[in-house]
Order: sequence, then structure tokens, then C-alpha cells
Amino acid sequence: MRGKVNQYKPSGKSIKKRLYRDRFLYLLAVPSFLYLIINNYMPMVGLTLAFKNYSFAKGIFASKWCGLKNFTYLFGSKWAWIMFRNTILYNLVFIFAGTAFSIFVAILLNEIKRARLQKIYQILILIPYLVSTVLIGYLVFAFFSDANGFVNKSLIEPLGGEAVDWYLTPAAWPFILTFVQLWRSFGYQSIVFFATIIGFDRALYEAAIMDGASPLQQITKLTLPLLKPTVIILVIMSLGRMFSTDFGLFYQVPQDTGMLYEVTTTIDTFVYRALMTDHDIGRSLAAGFLQSVLGFAVVMVTNFIVRKAEPDNALF
Amino acid sequence: MAFNQRKFQRFANVILTVLCMMSVMPFILLVSSSITQEAVINQSGYSFFPRQIDFAAYQYLFMAGKSILRAYGMTLAVTAAGTTGNIFLTMSLGYLLSKKDLVGRNVISFFVFFTMLFSGGMVPSYIIWSQVFKVSNTVWGLICPNLMLSAFNVILMRTYFSTNIPSEIKEAAEMDAASQVDILFRIAVPLSKPMIATVGLFSALGYWNDWINGLYYLTRKKELYTIQNVLNSMASSVQFLKDNVNASIGLQFSKGIPTLGVRMAIAVIAVIPVLVIYPFFQKFFIRGIVIGGVKG
Repeated sequence: MRGKVNQYKPSGKSIKKRLYRDRFLYLLAVPSFLYLIINNYMPMVGLTLAFKNYSFAKGIFASKWCGLKNFTYLFGSKWAWIMFRNTILYNLVFIFAGTAFSIFVAILLNEIKRARLQKIYQILILIPYLVSTVLIGYLVFAFFSDANGFVNKSLIEPLGGEAVDWYLTPAAWPFILTFVQLWRSFGYQSIVFFATIIGFDRALYEAAIMDGASPLQQITKLTLPLLKPTVIILVIMSLGRMFSTDFGLFYQVPQDTGMLYEVTTTIDTFVYRALMTDHDIGRSLAAGFLQSVLGFAVVMVTNFIVRKAEPDNALF
Repeated sequence: MAFNQRKFQRFANVILTVLCMMSVMPFILLVSSSITQEAVINQSGYSFFPRQIDFAAYQYLFMAGKSILRAYGMTLAVTAAGTTGNIFLTMSLGYLLSKKDLVGRNVISFFVFFTMLFSGGMVPSYIIWSQVFKVSNTVWGLICPNLMLSAFNVILMRTYFSTNIPSEIKEAAEMDAASQVDILFRIAVPLSKPMIATVGLFSALGYWNDWINGLYYLTRKKELYTIQNVLNSMASSVQFLKDNVNASIGLQFSKGIPTLGVRMAIAVIAVIPVLVIYPFFQKFFIRGIVIGGVKG
């Protein structure tokens, strides 16, 4: 790596001269370095606390090492298995359903020939992406509240059905959460795919139309194959985030309801509850440690695979 | 061919119209619920068309004003301060890395990039910020943790600086003995306004919508709550409002505090600035998504 830098010397200036020339730029960037050290690197070191019996009173260094006790304690609880299962399953569903649906929407957007209409569609489908998960929690509540929700009051009851207490019905939530996740993210993802599609060579499509290709054939024979590399990269990158979930989606949207924990507990909500409400910092540290380390491992492995298959698209 | 161009376009228009409606409709339900009479909500639930329009919820918010107004002020202040900090940190680091013959460029790049691959996660981060830097129950707890610098934005900024500022300009300026900092502020920044606006907007959106820092770091000082924290603490009860209102106001509402509507009304005022500003800046948002998403 160092070799590359040494090769590139357009000015031919010595290291000393370049250091002197850029001295104020380094100085200007010092706050950013400090921020990364505090906000990103110190917590990495802090991961070692997972092997300590951490006490807030004793602090980071005085707390005693305790080996794997936090981990055995974590896996002694039934939640360890539940949170890993939920985290992975939700992520898989989100990634595959989200990607497929967004490609579908992007292709439809590409069919719209009137530029202004196309723009309006893009603007509107992006709106859900702009609001906080707390707010999304409120929107979901307006639909699913047992006493006043739109679903119970305006759909089920008028049709003669029995009102459902949604916040006490775990079976419904995998579907609700998947729907909510799709609802808030499809606009963003569609725009990413759409931007890729409009970058394709128009001449290919013109040639296809000359050859009498139907719109459907243009999609299956041209758009989808051309889109494949982008899709693969994006999917692999999201697989790299396999062990992380959006805390807000699983904490805020089900309103942190105890009855639903079975289907809403992911690593992130577990870590929060163990740390802030149960004051069970050992388990919290152990779960967080596994999330960080496994997440890192998955990123490395997926990048390795991409580099083998398509070196140009590898992350590093 | 049955599936011809015209039919396909009509199909696309229908589906996209439905999707647009689905994107917007929950917000209409929210607004409608906030202006429906409490008794009507109790009887027939939240609905898209308010049968009995009643602004009692907003009236109550207005009278209970102080706590809501303060939370709004906090949101604005935190968003402004955080976004300014974010732009400065992103820009100074991005510009440094855009210099191709910078001493230590690879080491610094790795230092930035590695934070995208590996993270300590929430618990150590919480311990560091709260135990070492004591940000809990201060305004710094809302501004500093996690939101102030993202390596991803640094990389976007670096790429923008190195591709959009012709090196001849930089060289010419150097011959003029203009200092490097002058070049950054007089040449690079004015030429990079679109990118700075994009980074700034996403950062501002992040601060405006954030409630997680408040959840972790504001455990006692409820007077530092932002509007999102208020929403969060009211998700299950309107206790926050009742705590912050003197009893006499409650008495003016003969039918009781319109709790169902009030919750929705706060949600409305929290989201309105975003929805009002968005159309004017949608260009930057969409561009940001495009450059960020594809070449991530």
C-alpha cells in the first residue's frame, strides 16, 4: 500500500515539504480524528468488557475479568436463541422481499415516459423514508390500536368480525413488521435501482424494439440481466448487516409490548432492555459483543466472496 | 401481442399511483385523527375523514404550550448544532483525504474506512459516552453520540472534492502561495455546495428524527427532551403532558383532556416541518440516495 503513495508524486516534493504544506489541513481535521477515536475506536476497545464483570462504580479498568461467564449466563436464558432467530429471519425476509419489490417498482418507474409524473412518483414514495420510527409507531398504532384502530373499527367490525387485540397477538407481528419495513424502505431502494436502470445504454433497448421485443421481453432479456451485478452487490452488502436490526422498528413500532417479545426481540432490543431496564449489563455486553464480532466476520466473508466473483465490485 | 406498450404503461401508472397513495395515506389518517372530536374517536375509531372536526387537541397543546414549545426549541437547536458540527467534521476530513499526495493518506483512509466495517456497538458506546465523557442528562448527550460523523459521508465528500475540483485550479492557487486552508474555503467549498447541502440535509434529518440518544442519555432531565423524545415518552401514556401542565388547564376541558387526539396532534407537529421542507429539497435527497446507494 505504501508503495502506491510513493509512486504518486506529481509535485515531486519531499515528505517534509508536503507535511509542511498541508500542516493546517491536518490541524483542521484533528477534531474529526478525535471524534472517530472517541465515538468509534474507544467502544471497539470497550468490547473487551464483555469478558469482565463490569460495574459502573468501578469503571472500565478496575472491573474484574470473569472469562466467559457473561456468555454462559446469556445462553442460559431462552432469549439468546429467540433474539438470534428473530434477527436473522427478519433480515432474510427484509432483504429478499425488499429487493424483489423494489426492483419491480424501479422497472415500473422506468416505464413512465412523462418526466414530470415520474418525478412526482419518486417524491411521493420517498416520504415514508423521511420520518422517524417513533412516528411510524404512531401511524401503526392508528391502524392497529385495539379500541380505536382503523383496522378494527373500520374494517373488521363493519364486516361483522370480532375486534382483535393486535398488540396482544404475537402471530400478527411478523407480518405487520415486514409490511412496515417494506413500506418505509421501498421508496429509497427503488430509487437506487431506478438510477441504475436509467444508466443503461439506450441503444440496446432501441435495437431490441427494432427486433420486435415486447415490453416484457425487454425487461426479462435486458433490464434484469443488466441489473444483476448491482443487485448482487447490494444483497451481499445487506447480508453483511445480518446481525443488526433497526432498533426503532422492533422497539418502537410494537410499542415495547411484553406480550410480543417472542416475535419482536432482536439483538438490538435485547441489548437495550438488558442494559437500560433490567440492569443486566453482563448479558447486554455479551450479546453486543457477539453482534459486533459476527457482523464483522460476515462482512469479511461476503467481501471475500465478492472479490473472487467480481473484483470490481468488492468493497475493499 | 396482448401485453403491449400502452397497456403496460397503464399498468405501471395504476400500480405506482396505488403505491403513492399508500405512502401518503397513513399521514392523512394521523392528521384526520388529530382533528376529530374525542367522542367520535371513542365511538368509531381513527378514520380518514373527520366526522366532527374539533381542534381541542391543538388547543390543549397550545395551552400546555411550554413543554411542547421547549421540546420544539430543543429539536431545532440540536439539529442546527449537530448539523453544523457534522458538516465541519465531514468536510475537513474529506478534503484532507482528497489530496492525492498527502503524507499518510492510506493510513488515514483505513482509519476512517475501518469504522464502517467494525463497530463496538451500543453498550460500549454507551459506557464510553456516559461514564468517561459524562454526557448523560446534558444537551451533549443528544448531539455527540453517533450522529456527528459518518465514515460513509467522508468518503462521498472526498470523492466529490477530488473529482469536481480541477487540480489545475488547486495548483494555480498553490503557486499564488495561497495557503491550503484558503484553497479549501475559497475554492473547494464554493465549488462543492451541492455535496455539502446533501450531507447537511441527511445529517439534519438524522438529528431531527433521532430519539435514541434521548432514550439512552436523558434518563432524568426531561426538560431537555426533543419533540421525538416527547413522542416516545407519550407512546403509551400522556403522562408527560400531565406532568408538565398545571392542573387549572385540565379543568378548562370539561369533557376531559382529549388524550387520543393530543397524541396524534403532537405527532403531526413533529412531522410537519419535514414534510413541508422536503418538496423544496427533494432534488438533494434523491441525488444523495443515488450517489450513496449505488456506489456504496
